[in-house]
Amino acid sequence: MSTLLVSHLNKRFGGFEALRDIDLTLQSGEFVALVGASGCGKSTLLRIVGGLETRSNGVLEIDGQSITGPGHDRAMVFQDYSLYPWLSVIENVRFCRGLKAYRGQEANEAIRRADLLLDLMGLTRVRDSRPDQLSGGMRQRVAIARALMAQPDFLLMDEPFGALDTQTREVMHDLILHVKETEKSGILFVTHDVEEAVYLADRVVVLAPHPGHIDSVWHIDLPKRTQDLKLAPEFLTYKREITQRIRATSGMVSDLSALEALAAG
Amino acid sequence: MEGVKSQPDQVAPRSLWTVRGTLSKPLYRFIALTSFVLLLTAWWSVTASGIVDPMFLPSPQDVVGQAWNWATTDNLFADTGISIYRVMAGFALSALMAVPLGLYIGAFQPVRAFFEPLLEFSRYLPAVAFVPLVLLWAGIGEASKITVIWLGTFFQMVLMISDDVSRVPMSQIEAARTLGATNGEVIRKVLLRSAMPGMFDTLRLTLGFAWTYLVVAEMVAANSGLGYAILQSQRFLQTDRIFVGIIVIGIIGLITDQGLRFIHRRLFPWAKK
Ligand SMILES: Nc1ncnc2c1ncn2[C@@H]1O[C@H](COP(=O)(O)OP(=O)(O)OP(=O)(O)O)[C@@H](O)[C@H]1O
Ligand SMILES: [Mg+2]
Repeated sequence: MSTLLVSHLNKRFGGFEALRDIDLTLQSGEFVALVGASGCGKSTLLRIVGGLETRSNGVLEIDGQSITGPGHDRAMVFQDYSLYPWLSVIENVRFCRGLKAYRGQEANEAIRRADLLLDLMGLTRVRDSRPDQLSGGMRQRVAIARALMAQPDFLLMDEPFGALDTQTREVMHDLILHVKETEKSGILFVTHDVEEAVYLADRVVVLAPHPGHIDSVWHIDLPKRTQDLKLAPEFLTYKREITQRIRATSGMVSDLSALEALAAG
Repeated sequence: MEGVKSQPDQVAPRSLWTVRGTLSKPLYRFIALTSFVLLLTAWWSVTASGIVDPMFLPSPQDVVGQAWNWATTDNLFADTGISIYRVMAGFALSALMAVPLGLYIGAFQPVRAFFEPLLEFSRYLPAVAFVPLVLLWAGIGEASKITVIWLGTFFQMVLMISDDVSRVPMSQIEAARTLGATNGEVIRKVLLRSAMPGMFDTLRLTLGFAWTYLVVAEMVAANSGLGYAILQSQRFLQTDRIFVGIIVIGIIGLITDQGLRFIHRRLFPWAKK
């Protein structure tokens, strides 16, 4: 059981203030979704947690240990182009096993785990295919399996399903919930899609821009997730209210009179 | 009845003139061959018509005859062999230095800052103008030819290789880092592997430059090789022999290029063009 703690975290890019005073905790087995208007700093926050970007100041620690760089306790899944095209599916999944950080771990155990992950992700059939021979959805499954192979305490995902069609996304949603149950990793998940956030997360964090800060945190209190739940009134209420928050914070109100003037020529 | 047809519609094949369209292999080969045949025919017609003095433009038959002559009574194969050896030596020296350096330039910004402006500057220094200096420094032995080829290829090669490395997608690198890869592991297991098809292509292209500089080197400081033979032929106004030298180099280039493309496809089936 691990705890990730973000406290009073700030980030500037030169003179530009990207994040201000971010507080967030994430525990193993917990699913937190980050939503918010484009450019409000979701990816930046995720990358800071992943150690790919530095924080300007503030606390970022796991179980009291301050984080200064990337590590295999926090594996990241990117939107696209992160698979190694020269490796087969199984070799991609096993990639981390060839790294020094995993020396001394039981080899047989690892082979078994790779096979289990392929099975979990429904990839057994394409085990020896190359990534370029797979569909987008399949590729993202490989990327997730590769991240899980490291047995990370936390899984960081930046719009992992952003490029997928609706049907494939739904399959991926149920898959990722299943992963959460079996793997017990804490998941920090960035998305544009409020429905996706409400469906997957235990908590939805709304970020607001100028500068990026936490606007509101929503505890999602819903029964077991099934696709039908998406039509339930409680679900729709969450979805509507969170969407309204995002709209209110984005500062992008469609200027109807301007549109009408445009149409009138 | 509307919408019902007894015969399926014949779908017209895609036009050959689609932008970024495709071409079947046999058709590609046929068109490629046509260009050579046309060139040869034009050459032959011009010489057969007698409007140009054979001293300026020898006929294809003369050139073939001269090639036979050079191969049987003279030393065409020895000249070709020594030229190939020099190109390979100079090119290998360049590649051995350029690949690691380019990799480090592409990997680490301080290395890039140190070398890149220097290399950009050196790239514009005319390698040919160095020949007198090289003769002074390295004499007229093999070392001077290899040095000229090195001068002509190295700088381009490093910059192109570092570009190949820079083109590796950031998320491939970052995925490795979040899996706990060290700098060394990112370089060996991601940068090098991911950039390899691009590097291979860079080497294929720069091999062409090496031949150009070989001829330069052999024209000024050699007593063997194809470049030297071309220069000698000029002295004796043996235009047909000059043609043989040039064509032999062209053929060697064509064969190595096609060979390297074939190897590329075999080694890197995942690298789509
Ligand atoms: N390396 C950088 N240098 C300077 N500014 C940056 C850098 N990275 C991000 N920014 C800025 O920080 C802000 C937040 O960017 P970020 O990518 O985190 O937004 P986001 O919420 O993920 O947006 P989106 O939903 O469009 O992906 C943006 O205004 C962006 O321009
Ligand atoms: Mg983003």
